[in-house]
Amino acid sequence: MSYRLALVYGLSALIAAAVLLPVGVLLVLGAGSEVALGAQALEIALNTLLLTVLTTAAATLIGAPLALLTTYTDLPGRPLWTGLLAAPLAVPSYLGAFAYFAAAGPGGEIEALTGLATPSVDGLLGATLVLTLYTYPFVLLSTRAGLRNLDASTLDAARTLGMPLWTALLRVVLPRVKNSLAAGALLVALYTLSDFGTPAIMRLDTFTRAIFVEYNAFGLDRAALLSIGLLGLVAVVLLLEWVVGSTRERPGRTPRLHLGRGGAAACLAAIGLLLMAALGMPLGVFTLGVLREGAGSFDPAMLVRSASVSALAAAAAVLLALPVAYAATQGRVGRILERGTYVGFGVPGIVLGTALVVVGLRVDLLYQSIALLAFGYVVRFLPLAVGNIRAPLERTEQGLVSAARSLGASPGEAFRRVTLPLILPGLLAAGALVFLEVMRELPATLLLRPSGFETLATHLWEVYEAGYFGRAAVPALLLVAVSGVAVALMLRRERGNDDALT
Amino acid sequence: MLEIEHLEVRYGSETAVADLSLAAHAGELITLVGPTGCGKTTTLQTVAGLTRPTRGTIRIGGRTVNGKRFVPPERRQTGLVFQSFALFPHLTVAENVGFRLDPAEPVEPWLAWLGVAEQRNAYPEALSGGQKQRVALARALAHRPELILLDEPLSNLDASLKDSLRWEIRNVLKEAGVPAIWVTHDQAEALSIGDRLGVMRDGVLEQIAEPDVCFHEPATRIVAEFLGEASFLPARARGGHLETPLGRVPSRHQEGEGEVLVRPDDLALIEDGAANGTVAWTRFEGGTRLFSVHLDCGPSVQLRTNHTLHHAPGERVHVAIDAGHPLTLFPGRVGEVEAPARPVAAAS
Repeated sequence: MSYRLALVYGLSALIAAAVLLPVGVLLVLGAGSEVALGAQALEIALNTLLLTVLTTAAATLIGAPLALLTTYTDLPGRPLWTGLLAAPLAVPSYLGAFAYFAAAGPGGEIEALTGLATPSVDGLLGATLVLTLYTYPFVLLSTRAGLRNLDASTLDAARTLGMPLWTALLRVVLPRVKNSLAAGALLVALYTLSDFGTPAIMRLDTFTRAIFVEYNAFGLDRAALLSIGLLGLVAVVLLLEWVVGSTRERPGRTPRLHLGRGGAAACLAAIGLLLMAALGMPLGVFTLGVLREGAGSFDPAMLVRSASVSALAAAAAVLLALPVAYAATQGRVGRILERGTYVGFGVPGIVLGTALVVVGLRVDLLYQSIALLAFGYVVRFLPLAVGNIRAPLERTEQGLVSAARSLGASPGEAFRRVTLPLILPGLLAAGALVFLEVMRELPATLLLRPSGFETLATHLWEVYEAGYFGRAAVPALLLVAVSGVAVALMLRRERGNDDALT
Repeated sequence: MLEIEHLEVRYGSETAVADLSLAAHAGELITLVGPTGCGKTTTLQTVAGLTRPTRGTIRIGGRTVNGKRFVPPERRQTGLVFQSFALFPHLTVAENVGFRLDPAEPVEPWLAWLGVAEQRNAYPEALSGGQKQRVALARALAHRPELILLDEPLSNLDASLKDSLRWEIRNVLKEAGVPAIWVTHDQAEALSIGDRLGVMRDGVLEQIAEPDVCFHEPATRIVAEFLGEASFLPARARGGHLETPLGRVPSRHQEGEGEVLVRPDDLALIEDGAANGTVAWTRFEGGTRLFSVHLDCGPSVQLRTNHTLHHAPGERVHVAIDAGHPLTLFPGRVGEVEAPARPVAAAS
């Protein structure tokens, strides 16, 4: 092994170890703790499971037909609807939960505005409703990708052989997209398990809410045990994801099924209703808030604080992702190290926060420091950065670096003159994505921020706790805008990668 | 010049190249041909220093590059031309060609030589496939290599372009006087452009010689079959000739018995004569026509005639050997000269 490669592997190993540290701390603390969780834990586990199963089922039932509708039919205005239907991804679910909590029920915005009494949206059903509205796009996008990647001439073949359309869709198309469908459904499950804001606002005792409650009651031991329980469930989902794997067919023709006038109208009505519920509702509630209260109470320093800590975390994540992504292109050891850094992807923010609070309590210097907060963000979003840097790096490493070196360039010169200029867009995209994700992150920020350090997301939380909804409007709309940019960026990059493949 | 001695490359338990030796002299163009996975590209990468051999010596321009110290690719002075062109997408044509040249040194002569002077300020994505490969070759030559390595340089190009570009590249290489190794899986390409031709299979260099020698005197049956349509007839050496079921042919002073290699142009259809075979199928090729004839004595042979001659499948014909040169005997299997005729199949 060359000196350079050893250096890169060493660096990557250090980074992977640092990223794995919080989970390790948690496991040690959990193993050493002597508290018992009792029957309450059983209820928490049951709630979490119920919420996850219901949300995943509902999101699949909404996302899969929409994928078919936006891929295989002549629905008028398909590209527009596809974009709008993916847009709920840009609303952090805690904002949706907040909006529904504020709007529905006795004394809610709807009653104040129209005088109509609506049932409260809370508990298991409320959390399921909100999470479904903001996670079905995972199923939609994943299934769409699957549908677009298969040659649907087989659908025509089945029909010319005498099979009715619906039977053909179920027997010829469905089996071939079931992996994509499952991948999307598992993303929904993972999101639901990790989400803190929605169950917390809907007052449903899931693992994430219970961990936060224990943390506030200084029950770190119990918080750690609950975190381990939640990590167990996450591990099951990740294991399933690994089992599902992916299949790839040679892309072929996409069919254009005729909906007819009535069918199209019915479909458009359903889509409109869904979009009203997912986008119209929160945007309406927050816009109403701005109209009523104005922006006077909004403190711009909050936005500056959010942006600067996000920029710090983004820079750190990109810098650390570079050696890891490079190592991944160099061989099997590097790929294993890269996998190690992906742990942040599976660790829910609330769990990561708990683990790092434990670390902070042991190391005085770090407790409630910006450094620890930024480290938390890096652990959480390093996979995002690595993933975005790795693909362009791989493309240059294959032929172009060999070409540069055969022309007499040293490895350093080849990196500086060929690799770096070519991966720069990837680096910028990775930085931007981490920046935007950090802006909207809630639970880890709540636990790790220095006291008095208020960001857009934490401000929203405090307003919720204080029951002073009107003040949430401006930061909420800002967060929606920030997330919108993030999601648009991510979708565009995914489409770019698809184009590069074909 | 390039000398390779007893080169071996292994990936784990898999041997990609086994005991390969060859030498390329000043200005010589060697083509390496073989099916996918035969080790030809690995050989090239090892010479360039992109893959490390497990054993063997490589000398470039008299300098050992795989001895006690491994010489990295940037200090080997090998110009590598890739199947994927590997042009730097963020640099213009002129910047690509002048990648590591002294900025004061003009790149125009190189661009003009390869006929891409007009594209000097274009970026690679704006070039056609043929232009890309010309720029890649200009870039490699401009850096004054001791040796040029071409890894399937034409396989990403249209068939119509391949023929002309093949000759253009050959002429440029000859003019430059730099020895070159040209790897391809296309036997027609390998036969037509190489000064010498190496045939590889499963990591083994089966034969390296002038193209016509490889074609007419293949060292192994593998070489014989890879380089073109090959039929085999039982034969026995007798008095400087070979006795075959179709008659006598000159031999290469080989002894014993076995099977003789006949190419489609070594055989002819004779109009007057007792039929000795049945046409199995025929294929019209434009200027010529290819026949497969099932001989009464057992084997099937393929032969090429003028396109005006036509016989339908099932017709009885007389096949004669009409080789103007000695044929190659592969000893081993006992000849079936005296074997009784097998029943004739309708088609093969």
